[in-house]
Amino acid sequence: MWNGIKVIVYALLVLGAAMAANFGRDLAFQVHAIIVASVAGYMLMRTIAAIGDKPKPKETGYLDDVIRWGVIATVFWGLAGFSVGVWIAFELAFPDINFGISYMTFGRLRPVHTSAVIFAFGGNALIASSFYVVQRTTAARLFGGNLAKFVFWGYQLFIVLAATGYLMGATQSKEYAEPEWYVDIWLTIVWVAYLVVFLGTIYKRKEPHIYVANWFYLAFIVTIALLHVVNNMAIPVSFLGSKSVALFSGVQDAMTQWWYGHNAVGFFLTAGFLGMMYYFVPKQANRPIYSYKLSIIHFWALIFLYIWAGPHHLHYTALPDWAQTLGMVMSIILWMPSWGGMINGLMTLSGAWDKLRTDPVLRMMVVSIGFYGMSTFEGPMMAIKAVNSLSHYTDWTIGHVHSGALGWNGMITFGALYFLVPKLWNRERLYSLKLVSWHFWLATIGIVLYASSMWVTGIMEGLMWREVDAQGFLVNSFADTVAAKFPMYVVRGTGGLLYLTGASIMAWNLWKTAIGAGQTARVSAVPAE
Amino acid sequence: MLGKLPVYQQFQQNKGGAGKMGILDKHKIIEKNATLLLVLSLLVVSIGGLVQIVPLFYLENTIEDVEGMRPYTPLELTGRDIYVREGCYLCHSQMIRPLRDEVERYGHYSLAAESQYDFPFQWGSKRTGPDLARVGGRYSDTWHVDHLRNPRDVVPASIMPSYRWLEKKIIDGKYVADSLKANAAFGRAPYSDEMIEMAVADFRAQVDPNADTDGLQSRYGAAADWGGKDVNVRNFDGQPELTEADALIAYLQMLGTLVDFSTFIPDASR
Repeated sequence: MWNGIKVIVYALLVLGAAMAANFGRDLAFQVHAIIVASVAGYMLMRTIAAIGDKPKPKETGYLDDVIRWGVIATVFWGLAGFSVGVWIAFELAFPDINFGISYMTFGRLRPVHTSAVIFAFGGNALIASSFYVVQRTTAARLFGGNLAKFVFWGYQLFIVLAATGYLMGATQSKEYAEPEWYVDIWLTIVWVAYLVVFLGTIYKRKEPHIYVANWFYLAFIVTIALLHVVNNMAIPVSFLGSKSVALFSGVQDAMTQWWYGHNAVGFFLTAGFLGMMYYFVPKQANRPIYSYKLSIIHFWALIFLYIWAGPHHLHYTALPDWAQTLGMVMSIILWMPSWGGMINGLMTLSGAWDKLRTDPVLRMMVVSIGFYGMSTFEGPMMAIKAVNSLSHYTDWTIGHVHSGALGWNGMITFGALYFLVPKLWNRERLYSLKLVSWHFWLATIGIVLYASSMWVTGIMEGLMWREVDAQGFLVNSFADTVAAKFPMYVVRGTGGLLYLTGASIMAWNLWKTAIGAGQTARVSAVPAE
Repeated sequence: MLGKLPVYQQFQQNKGGAGKMGILDKHKIIEKNATLLLVLSLLVVSIGGLVQIVPLFYLENTIEDVEGMRPYTPLELTGRDIYVREGCYLCHSQMIRPLRDEVERYGHYSLAAESQYDFPFQWGSKRTGPDLARVGGRYSDTWHVDHLRNPRDVVPASIMPSYRWLEKKIIDGKYVADSLKANAAFGRAPYSDEMIEMAVADFRAQVDPNADTDGLQSRYGAAADWGGKDVNVRNFDGQPELTEADALIAYLQMLGTLVDFSTFIPDASR
């Protein structure tokens, strides 16, 4: 009966998508319809093949299959996203390396890079780690059976649709919210399923207290849902085309977009990753979290304050002054709860600092917290209007984002991956700690090159733009500032290349660990129930 | 099955037992109730957005009262879609800040009124290339054609990609009326039924110097109620065919040219 319904639904989907491909108005829509038809066709065949099979015995213990897939996806999308980043960094230095192909221009590839690293690499790391953490800290199996699998594969489909769409020019032009209307609807469905799995697992927990990591993961999931739905409200031009028109315009749209945009940083890249920090750092250091009180205060303060910080992306624009001032003040206050998290993470090492000498994985995590502290100081500083008048529109912003993204998000994810892979594949240890050290140093030097070159170009171009001579005339043409940045663009690309090399070494190391190279198999982990 | 809790998880249970912590002790209630945690989190994160976004729809001085603003013509709207498609906004802002050097370099600072028909806005966040908010009329059409074909032919230091395929892609505006309709839905952009009905004709007329443009001008030009100037009508890319380059250049050439600043009085309290 249930299989019969599934067959009908999948068959209708194949038919509908095939018709959409036929009548679609633009290339992106048609290609997407073909992708959807193929996925539905594959599911149809799988369902038909499974008809008549005996029902599988009910599995118990932790549901780790989907987490293993999540780890693989994190590494894969990480390498993909970093590679595109390196490529477009060099396109800015050597503009002709797009070879005149529309799909390879900076404007089309930049959203591929940002979405690949934030949503594909970061998103998969968050989904996989949250599924791991919520099971271990609640002593319960993931809620919802196959729903977790749906979340994982549905999310990969979202990534593929988004990225291929950008290449073909399907974009809403809202930064970090570029996917078009039907991709947004799909993500909403997947995200609600994610919330159900996560919250359902918490509901059936065996441990009365909800562990602090889960507060952060939960706040991340619900807030992203809210932000995504509100910021992506749009009217499709046609139900047979990818193009849509945003519901809001101009100043209201700008405010909504940066309310979203800054909180993609605040909740996706901060709250979610703090959830990771709150589990993996104490585990790796084998120490309890430094302060319980601090975790309560900084949790509530962080989620309350972050949401106000959006207007600092719109200083001196046509956004009314009251909103700009409010955004600036709240952004500066935000420094405090941000550092509350940093202190709680770093001080967890008290009594265990010696481990930094011997454990490169823990070193990676600690440096990530250091970068978190640095960029959450730099952020409030750049939110001050006077500073922002110089830094806005320049490469300084790009450097700021990358010290947070490469330093904090990247490094804490690498640390979590090094922690997870031996556990998930039942290995005693990592294949090589020496390679972890290599990764650590390549990544760190890469970030330093990246951030410092962007400080130099950012502050330089900011000063060059505003330079006036004794008569009050502008000194530099815009083209002068572009030409002056060339050497630093090469340094930046080189920094990115080092970071990518480090990540490639990690992929090799994790692969060798997973297949058990050089070690004997470990006895399987204890199940939950 | 639970067993002993791991060390990292014990801290929540061990501390604050002696009633010393007061208010933070009550937090235990939230820690043990997932629904409460969810609802409180959602409440806490909703406040900032409500305070900052909602008033912008009600406060009357949010969008300045200006003369000359009109919605995009069908051709300009198509050009704007191309601008969005190619990701131009990733390197070019359309928002001049009221700072001495910017006003000097780019012209009058941008008003909220000027982007009120931009669904979505194109203010941008980065100037890898210069601001385009008032690029309209600054360069000739031929300059734009050359520049889009190969930017380094006209600006040697430029790092902009070549967009040589735009002048080769012929367009017919088949779906432009749907685009106008989507912009006008829920009373947003002020496109009349007549504008939507005549969209394809207006689309073609704007690139044809020999066409009868009375209709186009009566809807969008000086004769209409916007209090503005006539719409630019010419063969923008210089080719006999109507291409994407025509649409994009038509869009670029009108950017920032609509508002009549001679009648504009800034609101000091905004």
